[in-house]
Amino acid sequence: MRDAFMAALTEQAQQDSRVNLIIADIGFKVVDDFVAKMPDQFLNVGIAEQAMIGVAAGMASLGKRPIAYSLGNFPTIRCLEQIRNDLCYHDLNVTVVSVGAGLAYGTLGYTHHAVEDIALMRALPNMKVYSPADALECRAVVELLPTTPGPKYIRLGKNREPRIHEVQPDLSAGAPVLVREGSDVTLMVVGPIVTQAIEAAQELAKQGISVRLLTCPVIKPLNITAIRDAATGTAGIVTLEEHTLMGGFGSAVLEALAVHGWRIPVLPLALDDAAASTVGSQEYLREQNGLATHSVISRIADFTASV
Amino acid sequence: MVSSAGASHIGSALSVIDIASVLYGRVANVAPDRVNDPDRDIILISKGHSASGIYAVLGNAGYFPLEWLDRYCVDGAPLGGHVTAHGIPGVEFSTGALGHALPFGVGIAIASKRDAHPRRVFVVLSDGECQEGSNWEAAMLASQHVLGNLTAIIDRNRLQILANTEEISSLEPFADKWLAFGWDVVEVDGHDHDALETAIAGAHDRPRVVIANTTKGKGVDFMENSVPWHTNTPNAEQASDAIAQLEALREGGSR
Repeated sequence: MRDAFMAALTEQAQQDSRVNLIIADIGFKVVDDFVAKMPDQFLNVGIAEQAMIGVAAGMASLGKRPIAYSLGNFPTIRCLEQIRNDLCYHDLNVTVVSVGAGLAYGTLGYTHHAVEDIALMRALPNMKVYSPADALECRAVVELLPTTPGPKYIRLGKNREPRIHEVQPDLSAGAPVLVREGSDVTLMVVGPIVTQAIEAAQELAKQGISVRLLTCPVIKPLNITAIRDAATGTAGIVTLEEHTLMGGFGSAVLEALAVHGWRIPVLPLALDDAAASTVGSQEYLREQNGLATHSVISRIADFTASV
Repeated sequence: MVSSAGASHIGSALSVIDIASVLYGRVANVAPDRVNDPDRDIILISKGHSASGIYAVLGNAGYFPLEWLDRYCVDGAPLGGHVTAHGIPGVEFSTGALGHALPFGVGIAIASKRDAHPRRVFVVLSDGECQEGSNWEAAMLASQHVLGNLTAIIDRNRLQILANTEEISSLEPFADKWLAFGWDVVEVDGHDHDALETAIAGAHDRPRVVIANTTKGKGVDFMENSVPWHTNTPNAEQASDAIAQLEALREGGSR
């Protein structure tokens, strides 16, 4: 996904000299092609994320289209006030990108787990939030950038995630993307954890539960009408994300349904409200948080039986 | 203005007002009828809490009707307690949280340099604000990119909210710090308009910092160098006393 993002961005930057890639000393070998092709549209500010966002904001104020790229929580939480005041308050056209969001860097420890970013970014005015699930969704998100004004946040996985879509989805309306048809329960997923959702849907089919599976790469603005419609005829919605429950995608769905007064049962599957105290791989940490495939299967089965 | 609004930061407003007057009135390529001119210079006020002083300068320079000043901090009025670019002609960037405008200015300066555009960027900071680390991230970057189009002016009044800067987290040796970060450093009397003009307007091939030595609460004897006047609101009697002192200064020239 990381390589897909950089390839799509490089193409875009070749066509639009306003695109400037700004990094905070992250992206070993990843940015080489971009730098070789457009050295004048690239800037490494060093290990200085507050400066990265401030500089990006200043450049955007002159009509540039900066992309501020870093890893985990560094481009978001480290410089949250710069994002809030410099970007969102001024509605500036800057795209903040985090690579390795969620538990992708599991073994590096809690400092490197970006699991509160959706909540923080979507709470900010003017901010748009995207979480692609595979390389094609990632390219589709990048293609939204030129026509989407104001600040944007893209939550990337790490790399080499399996491709789940046959064709590149159209994300212009922000609607969820169908992965697998089903009739009993609707499963809405953000990010690369969709691969577990596919496994869960296959297993649940064997148990006689037909899961309608969709991804929802556009988290803000949330197209709640499309989400409601996508769940039509099923018992309810299960959301799945590699993010804390509070303020994440499932929380966004629940808020929006409540605001509209649409009474659809929802089971939000997300991470526990805890700082991971153990070291482990992405798979291990998902297991610790009740998000291993077998847990997802049993929780969806229980939910479907109860509604 | 500050008194009737029940607002604060009058000491900071009085210490920065000469810097702002020189910057908007004498040095920068800006004018009230060219606030959207793409060729204008960019002035950024990082010490957003000095809003009453900045707005007084902008109002008197014709950026907006002077009557706006009478409705400072009034419900629904345009002018609030920290400078905002939202609806205020002449303000380029909304501040209030400290340590934001220098990185923003570095971004403008880098982009201008890349575009070979001659615009200059001026950033007005408070001295206490230099305790914010983000400024030093920006200072390193400005020097790395040899931003001769960037000038920072620091209102060195030596007082922060609770005490003298040197008693809390010392800034000195202040000039040496900027020199060590690769900046061109000039120190001036921050209330001497001619000296300020020379220091700010002069060309430089590296980023320049003008350390403007000022007096917090300048021109009002009971406010000068007084810690409480960062946060105090003058009552009607104090306000009228202060205005009388400032008007006497204007009549008699700078003391």
